Formats: sequence, structure tokens, C-alpha cells
Amino acid sequence: MSTAQRVVVDPITRIEGHLRIEAETDAAGKITSAYSAGTMVRGIEIILKGRDPRDAWAFAQRICGVCTLVHGIASVRSVEDALHRAIPSYSIPQNAELIRNLMIAAQFVHDHVMHFYHLHALDWVDVVSALKADPKATSELAQSLSSYPRSSPGYFADVQKKVKTFVEQGQLGIFANAYWGHPAYKLPPEANLMAVAHYLDALAWQRDVVKLHAIFGGKNPHPNFVVGGVPSAISVHTTGGGQGATALNMVGLQTVANVIKQMRDFVDQVYVPDTLAIAGFYKDWASRGEGLGNFLSFGDLPSKGFWDTDSYLIPRGVILNRDLSTIHPINLDADNEIQEYVSHSWYKYSQGDAQGLHPFRGETELAYTGPKPPYEHLDVDQKYSWLKSPRWQGHAMEVGPLARVLMLHASGNAQARELVGMTLKTLDVPVDALFSTLGRTAARTLESKILADAMQGWFDQLIANIKAGDVRTFNDQYWEPSSWPKHMQGVGLMEAPRGGLSHWLVVDDGKISNYQAVVPSTWNAGPRDALGQPGAYEAALQDNHVMHDPKQPIEILRTIHSFDPCIACAVHVTDPDGEELVQVKVK
Amino acid sequence: MQGPLIDTLARRGVTRRTFLKYCATLASMMALPPSVGRAMAEAMAAAKRPSVIWLPFQECTGCTESITRSHSPTIEGMIFDMVSLDYQETLMAAAGHQAEEARHAAMKENHGKYLLIVDGSIPLGIDGAYSCIGGRSNLDILKEAAEGAAAIVAMGSCASFGGIPKANPNPTGAVSVSDIVKDKPIVNIPGCPPIPVVMTGVLAHYLTFGSLPELDAQGRPKAFFGETIHDRCYRRPFYDQGKFAKTFDDEGARQGWCLFELGCKGPVTHNACATVKWNGGTSWPVESGHGCIGCSEPDFWDGGGFYKALSVPADPLKIGAAAAVAGAAAGVAVSFANRAKKKAAKAAHETTTLDDLEK
Repeated sequence: MSTAQRVVVDPITRIEGHLRIEAETDAAGKITSAYSAGTMVRGIEIILKGRDPRDAWAFAQRICGVCTLVHGIASVRSVEDALHRAIPSYSIPQNAELIRNLMIAAQFVHDHVMHFYHLHALDWVDVVSALKADPKATSELAQSLSSYPRSSPGYFADVQKKVKTFVEQGQLGIFANAYWGHPAYKLPPEANLMAVAHYLDALAWQRDVVKLHAIFGGKNPHPNFVVGGVPSAISVHTTGGGQGATALNMVGLQTVANVIKQMRDFVDQVYVPDTLAIAGFYKDWASRGEGLGNFLSFGDLPSKGFWDTDSYLIPRGVILNRDLSTIHPINLDADNEIQEYVSHSWYKYSQGDAQGLHPFRGETELAYTGPKPPYEHLDVDQKYSWLKSPRWQGHAMEVGPLARVLMLHASGNAQARELVGMTLKTLDVPVDALFSTLGRTAARTLESKILADAMQGWFDQLIANIKAGDVRTFNDQYWEPSSWPKHMQGVGLMEAPRGGLSHWLVVDDGKISNYQAVVPSTWNAGPRDALGQPGAYEAALQDNHVMHDPKQPIEILRTIHSFDPCIACAVHVTDPDGEELVQVKVK
Repeated sequence: MQGPLIDTLARRGVTRRTFLKYCATLASMMALPPSVGRAMAEAMAAAKRPSVIWLPFQECTGCTESITRSHSPTIEGMIFDMVSLDYQETLMAAAGHQAEEARHAAMKENHGKYLLIVDGSIPLGIDGAYSCIGGRSNLDILKEAAEGAAAIVAMGSCASFGGIPKANPNPTGAVSVSDIVKDKPIVNIPGCPPIPVVMTGVLAHYLTFGSLPELDAQGRPKAFFGETIHDRCYRRPFYDQGKFAKTFDDEGARQGWCLFELGCKGPVTHNACATVKWNGGTSWPVESGHGCIGCSEPDFWDGGGFYKALSVPADPLKIGAAAAVAGAAAGVAVSFANRAKKKAAKAAHETTTLDDLEK
């Protein structure tokens, strides 16, 4: 490296959606400024306007097929919250809350495991190096880490043979043209082979554990939901239904029980030990990618209903400047707390682009001012993304697993404290190591353990309710929009795998008059705001370290992947007045 | 096929029995003669795996997620044994320039021979700036990749019919693959997302015969989209008896009665959910208590509401011996009524669009 340069990584692969990173490096190869750009928009919130709010979940769910249920749940919660604000006695049955908790937690564990093995691992694991491993030594390594039953020498020899044949055929497919042999890869061949084996095992595991979603929601991806509860009627006590009546019978419940066990086993025997083992070779990344140091969580997983925030497993709050001694409360309705900016986003505000707007009063007009494609560079001094910039009291915030684990830790959750303590001790790193690329990745693993364990309690409660004759899953009061107040508004909050999610809904005469989704990856991947403050990705990339070779941007991938980007989620537009209709011309 | 089939399979760590079983099952599912199962096995075990390039446009990654849920063949089985997946942004190791180079290399080396899979719609507004990859518009990338493709699979409802981005008022000018590409064989595999076995079944057919399976008027493979959900629904007897769930957890719902009055679009939706089910045969939407939302039909997003019953069904009190016939007739009537509704909605939307443009 001799001169400063602009590094462009587009597409960022192994993520959901279309993300572009532009980074300016100094002569040494250190990133001085990073810019995160979402390059795809569909306008789902424009499409939602004027529709039946009960239908909204299906549209909103298609924001993302990876975190496939979160927008569905946030959407039905937004309608239920609007009803609850208007009619305080309105609630949904406990069985529906338990089923939603099980579905949410299953989504987290499924999503986190797939992220670790299929999206993130190839940043740390050199597939080609696995060919040099001794299967017997790999077996010994694996058995020293956990009691996973598939750790025999023959098993690793088979996997190695499979990879060897594949490589020798010369058709590398999804593994072609990657960064194999790059000096940033630090794992010994045996650890690489173990990780490749678990990459394949995790693929097999994930298609089995989604059966939980299929039982309750009929399918995965994109399981079904309903405003007022869940659609899956319980047919356990039913006689005469014929042909199994519904999926939620004894066989279905047994499938759910099996999935919970499979999830807990895989997290305990594979995911947690692999994370710790791999992290041990990358301790230098415990002081890279530190990011903003501000964290926000809306909290989730209620035991006494959505409106009793004290009953949440994951607490709500804000942590500022890495100060874990103070959890700041969030006032959802205050005009000056949660706001979105469009100073660097391809939208236009009627009162000027410098101000922030609260989502209930949010306005948006698609206003592309970027270069006409094809283009080499975006004009990062002007507008450069389809993502907006959400802020809390003017602060840029990081959301996601690290925010939640910190919130659990700061609020005194015993299991979280034990797991964090164990991780820091095993890796022999200080508490500050949490605020890093490695810390973000480890937090994702630790919360998977907490949630997989919690699933058993919700399942046991569901079974106890059914035994006691409580099979209610749906509240049909106020089902018809004709029974609703003329005007109402509500916010559906939840913690999604990638962080705090909020859907803001305004209803007039039974139709959607405004719908706005403020999404985890909007907080994390959004561009600079009116004050020029970078978003979470941008701040984390400006980490004062030198890239080995800016032409092979593995360092950028590591830090960006530690956030688990979901960009189709992050791009959202609502437009109360001036939606743009373009003429469809087939060229 | 080069060399004895069994050797090829063994070298790849696949047992002969497993592989033949899969091919036989697949052949029967697609209503093909049993001998085809063996032909499929031989084609899929060919020495060089056919190149597959998967392009993501205006999409949510649900289609990619769905194919990873395929139980037979598995995603890892496909990647290692069946095809060379040379470009797939969600799964591929390389990023940025290296990813683009991999795509271009595969396109060059397999020119005229690769299978192109597209998920997501293509926005035509503002010169395509509503969706770009590597600084290029989706339209630009699609045209380039389609030129050298042997055939194209439009994966999911967005690529097949425009899907959710095209829903009223279609803010970005989204269109389907077949709206743009006119000179290549295209198969539409709609569904939001499609059923994994339908995706893999069509791929296996193509790999075996080098051609696409028989298609219906919507470009969908007849083997999977030849019948409606309602035709094959396990709750159909209740429809015929006039027994309908009135809410999502009443006694009827718990007895597995028909969801028609809760808005089920099964009578007007062509797909295989009711027979092959989802996630390894675990369940499917109707079995889990929610009506079909019609996600494999064109413009289903603008079909008039997911909880609005298609029409008033036969009066349950007047069920006679001819109930089944009456039910079937009602289904047909409903189907026509719905088509008319869709047409009207579409016409209304087009009027609105033109009005706005005139202003």
C-alpha cells in the first residue's frame, strides 16, 4: 500500500439483502471513514397503506425471509397494541403468548446457528486447510470440547473425503474465488475440519428444528399469524375431528418437545463449544470493531403478557457509553426520543431533511439523488443509502445480541452473568472485550443458550394449561374492524435476532393510514445523520486497525458479519402523501 | 454418465440405495414412469456438475431459506453432488469483486449451458436505481446473465409474477422475469416462498432431461401446480358437509373444520401444499389452522383480503346427497367470482396510476 484509496465491497455476501460498503483507507491501509449503503428498496409500507390492518402481518413478514417471523409478530402486536391503548381490557390468551414465545425463541436459535456456521464461519474457517487435518486428531480435539456424539475419527475422515473429492473436481461452486490461505486465517487444520463438519451438520439440524414453526404456523419460511392470538387451534382433547383435526395434537406437541431438545443439545454440544474454541484463536478481534458503545433493547419474551414489560425475559432499556451501571428508560411516545433522519438517505421530508421525525408522525418520500447506474462510487457527502438513520435522543445506537446480553448482564440476570463470566474466563480476556467484533459474535452464542433453555419452561406451561382444560388460543373480541374506534395507533415491539424491532401503526376507519417499520438493521446499518454521526456499522469499521490487503476485504467482512446484516429489513419507506407511481415499461 | 454409476456415487460418499430411492420418489411425485428414476440418477451423477447461477433481485431471501429446508435432496447434497452453484450471494464465501469475478468466470466458461435461477422482482423505475448490485441495476445484470443461460428458473412469486413489490401501487415499477426475458425457456416456480421439494423437483427434472417439465398457462410445472389446494385438502369433506370454523379457536376450528369462512383461498390456489406439505411433511397452513392466502397465484396480494370469504358457501342446513356436487360447483363459481374481483381490482389500480400520471 502506498497511497490512500477507496475500497468498495459490493455485494457484501453471506448476509440477507443488498449491502454496499465504501471505505476510505489511509496509506497504511487503515480505514479512516466507512460508509454503509442499502441499495435495494421495495416500498412495502407504501403498499400497506389503505389495507386491512389484520392483513398487514403477511405483507410485513415479507420484509424478510431470514428472520422470517419477526415482522409478522411485530405487525400483529402493533394492531393489538392499538386496540389495547383504545380498550385497556383487550389482551390475547396466555397460550397464544406462550406459542409466540416458543416461535420467537426457536427463530433466534435457528437464525443464530445458521448465521454462525453458514454466514459468518467462512470469515474465520479456512475450508481448504481442512484437507490437511488428521481426522484422528480432529476427533480428539472435538471430544475434548464436548460430548457431541458424532465426533469419531471416521466421521471426520468422511467429511474430509467429501471435501477433498469436491476440491479435486475443480468446481468449487460457492467456495470459489474466496480468501483461502489468507494470513488472517488462524485456525489449525483440525479446527478447520471440525468447523466444516459442523457447517454440514448445522444444515441438517436447521431443516429439522424449523418443524416447530411448521406445527404452530403451518410452514417455514413465512409461518402464519393472526391478530388476537395464534391461528393454530389445539385439537388434543378433540374427538371426531377426523384425520388428525389440526397439527397441534399430541403428535404435534411431541414434535415440538423433540425440537426443543434438539435445539438445546446442538447449542450445548456444538455451538457454544465451537464459538469458544474458534474465538480462542482470534483474541486480537476482541479489541477490534468496537463500534458506538451505545446499546438499545426494546425487550421481549413476556411471561405475563406483552403489556407487562416487567415480565419480559429480555429487559427494555438503553446503555450509553459502555456504562453498564445505568440502564436508561425508553419513552416510546416522546417526540424527541426515537426519531429517524434522512439527511444521508434517499428520502425527502416536507419540513426539511435536517430534522428527525418520530415514527408515528414519520413521513417519507422516495427521492433518489444518487448516481445513475452503472456507477463506480456513491457520493457519500450527500445522500447514499435507502436506509434511514434512527436515533435515540440524538444518539446513534447499536441493537442486537450484544445489546441484549449487556442489558441482561446490567439488570442482574444470573444466567447471563454466569455465561459472560465463563466466556471471559475461558478466553482470558477483560470485560472490555465484549465491545468488539468477537464480543458481538460471542453474545449471539450466549443468548442462544439462554433462549433455548427458556423454551422448556414455556412448553411446560403450555402443556399444563392444556391439561387443565385451557385451550384458548385466540381472542375474537374486536376481530371485526367495524368494532374498532375510528382512529387508533399502536406500536408492535419485539426483539428480533438482529435487535430491537418496532412497527408503528396508525389506523383510521379500519384502514391503515400510516405504517412504519424501524428495524434492527436500520439502527445498525443506517448512514450518517444530520450531525454527521456514523451508524453502528460505520463506527465499527473505523476501528484504527490496518487491513492486510484492502483488495481482499476479509477484515471488513468479519466486522460487518458480526452484526448479521439483514438489509431487506432495514430499508423501509412510508409515504403519507406523495407516493411515487412509476410507469412500468418493459424494456 | 462416465463410468459405472455406483463408483461415481461411492466416490461422492452417497449410497446407491439412498440416491436411487430419492430419484424414484421424485419421478413418481412428478407422475413420470419408473424408468425415469434411473435416468435421473444417472444424469445427476454425471462427471461434471452443471453450472447454476442464482441472482437475487427485489427479494427477502425467503426463497433461498426455503431451499435450504429441502429434505430430499438436501441443500448440501445439491451443492456437493448435483450442481455447481457458482453464484449465490447468501451462501458464497467470496464477496465484492471476488464474487463478481466468480459469476463472470462461470458465465464465460459455461456460456449457453448454465441454468439461471432468479429470485425477486426487477424494478424498472428511476433507471433501475431502486435495486442495484455492485453499482449495476437488476435489469442490466439480468439481461447480461440471461443471454448465456440455457434456461431460467423464476424462483418464487416475485420473480414469477412480480410478487409483493408489484402489489398495488407498485412503488418501484417491479416486474417479473418473463416480463423482460422473451427468448429463453422460463419456468415459474411461484409460492411465497415455494415448497422446497417443488424447487428441487424441477431442478432434478431439468438436470435429467436438459429441458423444463410440462408447464401450465402461467408457466408453472403442471406436476406441482395442476390442482388446487381445495381439490386435495384433508378438510374438504367438512366443506362438502357445510361444516365451517367461525373463529380461530372455536369448536369447529379444534375439530379441523373447513376454513372457507375465515377466508381460505384454497379453492382458487394452485399448489402442492395439501399433498406434499411443508418441512418434511410436518404440517401445512390449513392443517395449522390458517386459511391458504393464495401465495402461488399472480397478484394474490391484491385479491381482496386474507380473511374475506371468497363467497357465501352452500347453506349447511340444506345438505343433501348432492352436497359434494354442490360443493364442487360452489368452488368453481367462487373461482370465477374471485377472478372477476381480481380483474376489477387490477383495473381500478391501473386507472389510479394513469390518473396520477396525468396530473
